[in-house]
Order: sequence, then structure tokens, then C-alpha cells
Amino acid sequence: MILSGSNIAVRYPGTSTRALDGVTLDLEPGRLVAVVGPNGSGKTTLVRALLGHLPLEQGNAQLDGIPVGQWRRAQLAKVVGVVAQREEVVFPLTVTQTVMLGRYPHLGPLAPIGFHDREATLKALRRCDIEALAQRRVDTLSGGEWQRVRIARALAQQPRVLVLDEPTSSLDVRHRMEVFELVRVLVTDGLAGLVVTHDLNLAGRFADRVVLLDGGKVVADGTPSEVFRRDILSDVFQWPVAVTTWSDGSPQVIPLRVGEEPVEAPKS
Amino acid sequence: MKQLGLLLLVPVSLAIGLWAGPVTLSPAELWDGLLHASGDAAAIVREIRVPRVLLAFLVGGSLSVTGASLQALLRNPLADPYLLGLSGGAGLGAVCAIALNPNWPWAVPAAAFLGATGAVALVYRLSVVSGRRLDPRVLLLAGVVVGSFAGAIMTTIVSLSEAAELRRAFLWLLGGFGSASWRAVYVFSAYAAVPLILLLMSGRALDLLALGEESAKHLGADVERNKRLVYLATSLLTAASVAVCGIVGFVGLVIPHVVRRLSTPMHRELLPVAFAAGGGFLVLADAMARTVVRPLELPVGAVTAIVGVPLFALLLRRNYT
Repeated sequence: MILSGSNIAVRYPGTSTRALDGVTLDLEPGRLVAVVGPNGSGKTTLVRALLGHLPLEQGNAQLDGIPVGQWRRAQLAKVVGVVAQREEVVFPLTVTQTVMLGRYPHLGPLAPIGFHDREATLKALRRCDIEALAQRRVDTLSGGEWQRVRIARALAQQPRVLVLDEPTSSLDVRHRMEVFELVRVLVTDGLAGLVVTHDLNLAGRFADRVVLLDGGKVVADGTPSEVFRRDILSDVFQWPVAVTTWSDGSPQVIPLRVGEEPVEAPKS
Repeated sequence: MKQLGLLLLVPVSLAIGLWAGPVTLSPAELWDGLLHASGDAAAIVREIRVPRVLLAFLVGGSLSVTGASLQALLRNPLADPYLLGLSGGAGLGAVCAIALNPNWPWAVPAAAFLGATGAVALVYRLSVVSGRRLDPRVLLLAGVVVGSFAGAIMTTIVSLSEAAELRRAFLWLLGGFGSASWRAVYVFSAYAAVPLILLLMSGRALDLLALGEESAKHLGADVERNKRLVYLATSLLTAASVAVCGIVGFVGLVIPHVVRRLSTPMHRELLPVAFAAGGGFLVLADAMARTVVRPLELPVGAVTAIVGVPLFALLLRRNYT
């Protein structure tokens, strides 16, 4: 395992309840872990805690066996690439300039941008299939294109771990699928992946493992089929759902209408 | 190409700055004055114009670099060097010195500097929230509050002063290089060198800070350290600028935008180009300020705005239509 959290508890200043309470999570190369749960269940807090952005009340988070707090930010950024939930552009750069920012952890404040940096940037652009957008200003991109640019920027960091916090929250079906297909390929090729998402069905199809959070605690942890059970999900999301199975065996979750019977939907 | 144009502004503005003035010198006299140490032309060129042009260039460059850095730090295109309460503090200091009228030539700049640093310290203290975290949004609010407070006290003092003092204070607040001297050049250079170099070295950190704190952290920036460094360096630079020439608006707000559009938005290249462009622009504005109504002088802050605003409006129109 590369990045791991063990029995993590976090409490925000001035609050009486823990935002995270005894969460354990490991990331390994080649495996995609999806963190799901209702709004406010602690998903983003978990990402921040794993990356050492928050003081832990209990437990520890380690990268390569060293507590994340002991890593220097630039060193950490060479190992972990993160696509944060929100990012507002104030001073728009071009796509290439944006992706080149991913080289900064390797460059420091003064080193000139070299051949290797340009190569890594170009490779990241190709990987995310946005070479054609290279000279476009990022404020002219669609939501899906912008997400791919941000993933490319994380790839330019040449990380071993890729963390994405709700990467598809405002995207249409095609762009959601494109993002998840891309992430799946990157992880299968060797990255350790963590994706926070509200899209249970994409998590069910793409993730190797799902961690379901509620009120800062892990409610279920296992393969998508183990976690996505009607009783568990209905209870955690406080809304009745049905769970069916797609032809590849992945569980698919269908929220029920008011008054609809909570029975298993027919298998497709 | 456009970048080359911006850099070409430097020698052109320096030449115009040396040539312009109440006494008309031919290019030959100017050249002679620069090369030889004797004669009337030499006295004018060497003792008055060269230090004045150098000081205007250094101050213009510093204000422009400061504005660009603050815009990235605060993620706000409207940020300028005086946003964080500095102008209010400096103005208050200067007006106090003018009202007390002490018999010391450096009293006004020294008081302005003290007022500015006092305002910086107060704003900084107000903005450090929850532990040692510096919150840019609170920084902005604290700057406005402290600036307004200092401004109110300043207005009170000015409204109670006599007409001559009032005029002096008013002219000082609008800025000018009438009191430029070699000594001012030395003092400013010695003082501004460190914050300026620190800012020029922070180009990449500013690129990341401009993305927002969260993304900056993910890309390896030591956000808290960088925020403090940029804030303190910009504050010290602005305080020094205010001390030697009063409050010169517009340069720090608009030159960074012009450079972003014409050259590059990446701060490692943007900051040095902004320094050159800001310096060149202020030298030209100062040359206008002392020739348009000679032998009188206009406040350079008025000239920067009168000339710069229409230019900038034109640039905005070109880029957005």
C-alpha cells in the first residue's frame, strides 16, 4: 500500500461531534477505491485528512510508511496528484500552461522548465486526449474538458496516487463516462486511485472497492456488490432504493419514487 | 513580439524622462551632460533628472510588481498596492507630519512610512485567524476597514488645517517626484531590493496561489508561508514607495493586467516584465506631469490615471470584442 489512513478521527474547531471517527482506508497500485456517502458524511474531510491538510485527533495517515505530516508539500505532490472538488479560475491560463503547473513540485521556485518537463506535460495532454485543446484558454472550455485538463495537470506531477474529489458532479452522461473511463485506465496502468463521488452507479461499475461513509464513520467497506445493498443504502441515504445487477455483475442503484414498493427490481 | 514592445518601453521612456523638463535641452546637450561632469546641462541632467527618472522607474516597477502579486494572492483582479490599508496609514502619517511641520526634510516620508507599516501591522493582526492562518478574504476586509479609519482621521486633521497646509497635504497625497534626489534613490533601492527579489522569486508560488489555496497545496505550495511572504514583501514595498513619492494610483492596478494580456499570465515571466513596464510607464507619466503645465507640476497620480485609464479601456474593448 502507498497511502493509508488508520483509525482516523478529525474534529473541526468549535464543533462537538467528530467529522471523521475511526476511519481506516488503504490505497494500492492498480486499485480504484470509491468513497461514497450522503452530503456531509465526511468524504472530503477524509481526503484532506489523508493528505495531511487537517490535524488528526486520533489515528494516523501515512504515505510510503511515513506520516503525511512529515512530508514536505512539494515532495508529497510528486507522489500524490489531486483533483480537488472546486477550482474557480480568476486569471485564465492556456491548457498547456495549466498542465505545466503540475511540473512545479519537480521544479522548485527557480529551475527553468526543461525537456523532461515539456515531455511530461505533453504526455499528460495525450493521456487525457486534450492535445487539440493545448493552446485554448481554460475559461473557454466546457465542464468536461476542464476536468480532463485538471486530471492532466495531476498526471504531469507524475504521481503514484491519484485522488479525485467529485470529479463528475456537474457533467453530463458522456463526460462522466469519459472521466471514469480515463481514471480506470490510469489506475489499471498502475496508479493507486481514490475517487469521492455521489454517483453510486459509476462507483459500482468502475471501483474495485467502495467505502460507504455516514456521519464520519465507515458504514460498509468492500466490493461494490458487498456495499451496495438495498437495506444499507436506504438506511444511510434515508431514501428507499432498489438495487439491480448489470450484465457485467456490477450493482446498479435505483432510487424509488414516493409510494413505490421497495422490492428488488428485475434483473436485466 | 508584444513582450518586446513592452520591454522597448524602458529605454524610450528613460530617454524621454531625461529629456523632458522645464529647461529644454537638445539631445546633444543631454548627451554631453550625461558624459561630462561640468556645465549647466550636467548639473540639470546629473543632479535633477537622472535621480528623478531612476526613482520614478524603481517606484513604478515596484508598484506594478506589488499589484500583480497582490492580485494573485487575493485572487482578485481589482487588488492594487493600496488596497490593504496602506494608503490610509501612509496618508495619516504624512498629514500628521505636515500639520506638525517639524524642521526636518525627511519628516513627511518617514511619517508616511511609519503610518503605512503601522496600518500593515494592524491589518495583519486582524487577518490572522484561527491559529496562524492568514485568510485573504479577511485580509481584504481588514485592509478596507483600517484604510477607512485612517482616512477618516486624516480627513479630520486636514479639515482643521490652514489652507497652505491643506494644499501641501493634498498634493502630497496625489503623489509626485518633485523631491527626488540621489539620496532618495539610494535609500529606496537599498530598502526595496530584498522584498522585490523575494517577490520575483515567488513567481511560481503566485501561479499556484492564484488557483486557490486548496489546489495550490495539492500542487506542492507551502501556502501559509507563501501567503505571509507575499503579503509582507508587498506591504514593505508599497510603504517604501509611498514614503518617497506619495500615493501614485493606477500603476499597480492596471499595468499587471496590461502585461497579462500582452505578454503572459505566468508570474515568473509576468513579474519582471511588469517591473519594466510599470517603471517605464511611471517615468513617462512623470515626464508629462512636469512639462504639460510648466513651470508648474501636476501630481503624477493624476497623470497616471488621466492617461492610463483611456488606454486601458481601449485594451479591454479590443480584448473582449
